Amino acid sequence: MLYREAGQFKTSYAADQSLFPIAQDKWGVVLLLAVALFAVPFMASEYMLSSILIPFLVFSLAAIGLNILTGYCGQLSLGTGGFMACGAFFAYKLTTAFPEVHIVVVFLLSGFGTALVGILFGIPSLRIKGFYLAVATLAAQFFLIWVFNKFGWWTNYSPSGVISAPPREVVPGVVVTGASGTPEAKYVFLLVFVAILALLAKNLVRSRIGRSWMAIRDMDIAAEIIGIRPMFAKLSAFAVSSFFIGIAGALWAFCYTGSVEALAFEINRSFQVLFMIIIGGLGSIMGSFMGAAFIVLLPLVLNNGMLWIDPTISVALVAHIEFMIFGALIVFFLIVEPHGLARLWQLAKEKLRLWPFPY
Amino acid sequence: MRFKSLCVAAAGAALLATAAVQPAAAQEEGQYIPLLVYKSGPYAPNGIPIATGWEDYLKLINERDGGVNGVKLVWEECDTGYNNDRGVECYERLKRPTAAGVQPLSTGITYALIDRATQDKIPLFTSGYGRTSAAYGPVFPYVFSAPLTYWSGADVIVQYIKEQEGGSLDGKKIALVYHDSAYGKEPIPTLERLAEEEGFELFLFPVAHPGLEQKATWLQIGRQVRPDYVAMWGWGVMNSTAVKEAAAVGFPMDRFIGIWWSGSEPDVVPAGADANGYKALSFHAPGEDYPVLQDVVEHVYGGDVEAARENAWGQVLYNRGIFLMAMQVEAIRRAQEIHGEGQVLTGEQIRDGWESLELTEDDLAALGMAGFTKPVKITCEDHEGGGQAFVQQWDGESWNIVSDWYMPNREPLKAAYREDALAYAAEKGITPRECN
Amino acid sequence: MNLRTIAIWAVSVPLVIAALGFFHQALAAAGWIAFFTWPFYFEVILNGLLQGVMYSLVALGFVLIFKASGIFNFAQGSLVLFAALTMVGLIEMGLPWPLAFVATAVVMVGVAIAVERVVLRPLVNQPHIILFMATIGIFYFMDGFGQTLWGSDVKVLDIGIPKDPIFILGGVFEGGLLVQSFDVIAALCGALLVAVLAVFFQYTRIGRALRAVADDHQAALSVGIPLKTIWAIVWSVAGIVALVAGIMWGGKLGVQFTLALIALKALPVLILGGFTSIPGAIIGGLIIGAGEQVAENFVGAAIGGAIQDWFAYMLAMVFLLFRPQGLFGEKIIERV
Repeated sequence: MLYREAGQFKTSYAADQSLFPIAQDKWGVVLLLAVALFAVPFMASEYMLSSILIPFLVFSLAAIGLNILTGYCGQLSLGTGGFMACGAFFAYKLTTAFPEVHIVVVFLLSGFGTALVGILFGIPSLRIKGFYLAVATLAAQFFLIWVFNKFGWWTNYSPSGVISAPPREVVPGVVVTGASGTPEAKYVFLLVFVAILALLAKNLVRSRIGRSWMAIRDMDIAAEIIGIRPMFAKLSAFAVSSFFIGIAGALWAFCYTGSVEALAFEINRSFQVLFMIIIGGLGSIMGSFMGAAFIVLLPLVLNNGMLWIDPTISVALVAHIEFMIFGALIVFFLIVEPHGLARLWQLAKEKLRLWPFPY
Repeated sequence: MRFKSLCVAAAGAALLATAAVQPAAAQEEGQYIPLLVYKSGPYAPNGIPIATGWEDYLKLINERDGGVNGVKLVWEECDTGYNNDRGVECYERLKRPTAAGVQPLSTGITYALIDRATQDKIPLFTSGYGRTSAAYGPVFPYVFSAPLTYWSGADVIVQYIKEQEGGSLDGKKIALVYHDSAYGKEPIPTLERLAEEEGFELFLFPVAHPGLEQKATWLQIGRQVRPDYVAMWGWGVMNSTAVKEAAAVGFPMDRFIGIWWSGSEPDVVPAGADANGYKALSFHAPGEDYPVLQDVVEHVYGGDVEAARENAWGQVLYNRGIFLMAMQVEAIRRAQEIHGEGQVLTGEQIRDGWESLELTEDDLAALGMAGFTKPVKITCEDHEGGGQAFVQQWDGESWNIVSDWYMPNREPLKAAYREDALAYAAEKGITPRECN
Repeated sequence: MNLRTIAIWAVSVPLVIAALGFFHQALAAAGWIAFFTWPFYFEVILNGLLQGVMYSLVALGFVLIFKASGIFNFAQGSLVLFAALTMVGLIEMGLPWPLAFVATAVVMVGVAIAVERVVLRPLVNQPHIILFMATIGIFYFMDGFGQTLWGSDVKVLDIGIPKDPIFILGGVFEGGLLVQSFDVIAALCGALLVAVLAVFFQYTRIGRALRAVADDHQAALSVGIPLKTIWAIVWSVAGIVALVAGIMWGGKLGVQFTLALIALKALPVLILGGFTSIPGAIIGGLIIGAGEQVAENFVGAAIGGAIQDWFAYMLAMVFLLFRPQGLFGEKIIERV
């Protein structure tokens, strides 16, 4: 009833190709963003902002990055943590060496730096495929963490190898990095930043280059035959993906935890992001957000929920049960809907179109 | 059908989620202490006894004394799993304005919390771990690292080895086996400085997390480098693995000295008889013969010694939990002397208690800790408090004290704290406060 | 393997070892690395090979499952851990270890069948990545389940394997070469296990059925091989391999939760040897073991140490660039 596209005629190609061809979708997204931007910062508690919404936004960006590589281009990667570390340490080096450079520029530059590293570690993908490639990307994961952990130059020779984000302003007077930034400021900054980057990603994947990625994913030899250069397609996917992941890593270090050591980006981080895109839906920008929300929220809900039901329960047991339920739910989800939350959302929309008179 | 049930499930989950993500707040009145523990994950065997020690001491104070000057202590736990971002989440979940202070129990989490806690005005107590230069009070007003830092620990180890070698380390070889993380890297600058001063040769052997892979390390130590002494900065499974691998290459155990986080029962028991003779530093005594521990049995376990032993009572890490929590409770007591006895205080007020905390031998005796540890005196300038450490040795059954108490040579250390802290202040744009 | 391959290996392996030795000697002479002596070099290689067998034990489990069902089973590490925990738990209850071994084997078969029923059967025909993620889900589940059941303490698993250092070839090298008796016994156990598996695969009915399934699921189904039974059997065998690996690793390091992470050490072995080859898992393990020990001992100290984690992966990746299917993997043939 509410969600009906009857009567919405497209009179130009531009309208037909728009991101949200259905008016309800468009207004829904605008409304969501408006609420997120203007209502949430005033309503949400500090815990909500700094422990749920901020990591959710950071992870969403990382998930978008990995989704470009794995979901759109079909190259399975387990090196996400390593690339996030790249972004974090590049940003730290840049902003401590050139404190006067605007922080957004620093983030973007560290993204470009990570993209170069991504291309380097993407080269084996030209010869290796599937799980062999996945394991080969682990080489990137372990090697990069080792580099950042080992060489003091990356941490400005801090004796412990921990970097801590210096305070930087996005507009004069509003600090968004480190501990001195308020959660509200960080949240709003992240929201705007991630929304713009997501828009960029969404447009990239439906452009010529995005279609060439999908062609490679669906069948690389066939794609080669119809004139898509696998080298360019694969390496560009690695570059773009690493760009997003690198920025996510920088945001993680600067806006979320505020200080970070290389070990924070170990292999578990890679799996976490991979879970997000699988649960959210491979090849879907929307799914990246949903997957990130799911994976960020799930452990907290399990943990807080169990303590909420029975405050006397031992925290050790809670942690163990949390692991079990987390694992079991992942398996359950994969069995019930292997195409992820994005697919569920699509099904829901289809049902909604016919509601309340399905045939 | 499947879709419908999924929708219902999703709606239910969403409802539960919104209800559950908000952490439940403590109901009781009293001085609130958030506890960041790890009873799960790879480091759980070490985390559990410390957390038990904390809780038992808090219960003891409530049961025996009725709280601190009548103010009951209440606490809430959160399991960090020794995981940095989970630790930050736990901190955010548990923090309140009346939080008496946080002990992150992990160097990584400490680094993540220093700025936040300073911002939130909640004292951080990082005893024997954390950021070493945070002992310099003017730059780190909310961080307290009494009684010793890693740099002091490195100094004590070198002092001990020097004494064993008859007063000179010239031409000796000392190897450091360390956890390749923020924690393990801490002692390196001090050891490098001492190597230059004392004329010994330092060899560094990093071990990647979690520390299961040490074959190459010990092949080099046992067969090629053949150092006179090995010092270790390990944690969790890395410790027992190191002891086993050292035995496997025939390295003499009495020349193998761990830091205080590498010298507890879970570190040596899995290695069996191989571990006999292994040494480690500590800043509080092992064992059961201290009035405070007897009080715990009486008031917390109802006199049942066996039940207490099952909870690791009398083990090194349990005793450390007792020691750590005693310090925190004494800081609260001191803060009440300043800001009003019998009142619930804020973290900011308790910080003042920390900064004027002095425990003399008499005070320790009154706490039932005579001989258990050494006096400390924290000042505005010095958040380390001048503690001392000794060497203990594992004999296959228990840890035994085998040396005197050593006072670290603090003059050069303090200069190093100051230098590192000021560099941090410059990077962060902090103006160090004046101490007078 | 035919004679020609064996001959090639027999010639090339000593050559490679010697070449690497001279390479490191040259590095040491040039002052790039701190030290090099031939006895220590051989000692490192020997210890590395023995370490490699330990990796192979874990990798074997991966190969079995991948061969039969095309699943990259990340949960193999937690199966190893779970087996070791169960075994320790049973021994602590007072069972003698051979009995505990049998009981644990039964438990592992139970776990395998449960995994097949609950997780794999509903996921038949899904893309590989989905199955892969499902096994990571199992990994998390087993992690929590094991800790709930058996607690988080470090446990001692001692079935009486001696651990004394022994010195061999004392006549050739000054002071002999140090090896650990435990490692030698573990290597022998590994060899025995591989031999048993080889016989099982080659000469039994089930083994032939397994190979048929590995070759082609649909063809196997059409000649009447019960796919689901075969999968349950493969997972059971993998569970028992995990048990053996668990005993060896647990006996060496103590049974503790980080043990599940040794799966990460098995992955480079896998890609080097090829996902589908049992001899590949063994040879790959030996190459990775020796390679990473040499790298860590000689080059590692010069560039900061703790390099063996990524070195193994890099080594495997470089191999892959030349042979994308691994050393012994089936040749990848692609058609449009």
